[in-house]
Amino acid sequence: MNPEEIRQAIIDILTRIVPDEDLSELDDTVSFREQIELDSMDFLDIVMELRKQYRVQIPEDDYVHLDTMDGTVNYLVPLMRDIQSPA
Amino acid sequence: MTPDTPPSDRIVITGVGLTAPNGNDLSEYRASLLEGKSGVVNYETRYVGEVLAGVCDFDDLRYQRRKEVRRGTRAGSISIYCAREAVTDAGIDWEQVPKDRVGVYLGITEHGNVETENEIYEISQFEYDTKFWSHHHNPRTVANNPAGEVALSLGITGPHYTVGAACAAGNAGFIQGLQMLRLREVDLAICGGASESIHTFGIFASFASQGALARHDDPTKASRPFDRDRNGIVVSEGGCLFTLERLPDAQARGATIYGEIVGHAMNTDATDFVLPNASRQAECMRLALNRAGVGPEDIDIVSSHATATEQGDIEECKALAAVFGDFPHVSVNNTKSFIGHAMGAAGALELAGNLPAFQDGIAHATINVDQLDPKCGLPHIVVNSPRQLESVNLILNNSFGMLGINSVLVVKRFESA
Repeated sequence: MNPEEIRQAIIDILTRIVPDEDLSELDDTVSFREQIELDSMDFLDIVMELRKQYRVQIPEDDYVHLDTMDGTVNYLVPLMRDIQSPA
Repeated sequence: MTPDTPPSDRIVITGVGLTAPNGNDLSEYRASLLEGKSGVVNYETRYVGEVLAGVCDFDDLRYQRRKEVRRGTRAGSISIYCAREAVTDAGIDWEQVPKDRVGVYLGITEHGNVETENEIYEISQFEYDTKFWSHHHNPRTVANNPAGEVALSLGITGPHYTVGAACAAGNAGFIQGLQMLRLREVDLAICGGASESIHTFGIFASFASQGALARHDDPTKASRPFDRDRNGIVVSEGGCLFTLERLPDAQARGATIYGEIVGHAMNTDATDFVLPNASRQAECMRLALNRAGVGPEDIDIVSSHATATEQGDIEECKALAAVFGDFPHVSVNNTKSFIGHAMGAAGALELAGNLPAFQDGIAHATINVDQLDPKCGLPHIVVNSPRQLESVNLILNNSFGMLGINSVLVVKRFESA
């Protein structure tokens, strides 16, 4: 998966986790939590969905990299490079 | 309640919120009961396959955001819907209510099976690796979950908990609310029962293994208490919560009063895990009548518990015959014949559906009785068509459950004088 596909995968996961939020205006450089209502349980849902859908394991110490969309995509690129996009 | 009961110990029903398989508010539900409209449909459940169930279609987004529905449980959504409908129905100015003086007492038959089954199914897709087990499992399965979701939704900071009481739970939650009001623990009780049980395959599979799961080509005919050809229980979901208040508080704010709880009782068979005991049931009814200060001859409607199992119906009829045998004018009806067995919600829903009888004087029927079982052959049963009574002043509501738990409520038409 390339960075654009990974970003879309995150958007798809967020759409399910925070279904009441408008994600179309998401600023990729700003913390998720400053833009959408995302608590710690929701954040763990993102980690769980990545695990379930892509078998990506994210150690707790690395959660700090998942604060923004840019940070999340950059962190996931090496982990998801060899994964085929489901689309 | 006796004549010397102080007014501040008199507890009245001031609001009703419900979802049943045949109605999402009291007027719709009552109309269905009077029209003979069932809420039982074909239903597909995991592993077991096609079964029959009572399914609710309330709008779960009326009071919750989509995220809240996803985060919580079905029992939570049902309970939130019922609680908020009850508060609205009661005409309470919620902004002005001291939230630390409100208690939520919610009867449940079981809780947590749905989420546990779902998670086990989910990890089965990942070779049972528990790393795929949801972090939501614990908050969804703690026994107070549905009551806690109500408290979260309404900002209630008083006590909230569930009352686990098998299929007597609807009455048990109600009784807990009554007692907490009398103890001055709270000023407003939101109480009754809820059930999400149709979302667990286990309850269907267990009743099937017990030979107690109803089957019929026509789903609307499947739940048939007292009928000779009954063959078991139709499992249903649903909820019903009431607002209860002390009489002076209700009167001070000009509340509409549905009825006054004048008697209640709970006891235990102590004889079997699943088989009921007519003697204990009769004792429970008599205790409730004694506390109400009335006799069996004073009761107008008995809302029976009967679930359409072979032995359960017969045992309850023995108990009814023992208590009401000399008073054939008493009308016995049954709500499960319409909606199936809503488990933790059953007692509360069955009481709610009868409350309008205080105004219209009608005892709704027990439907699907093609041939009354001679062993259930009480003269009291309102068979298939509603019965217009001269007046309805007292309703007795039975609700019994596994492990021999029995509960009875006596509710009186409220007269302000």
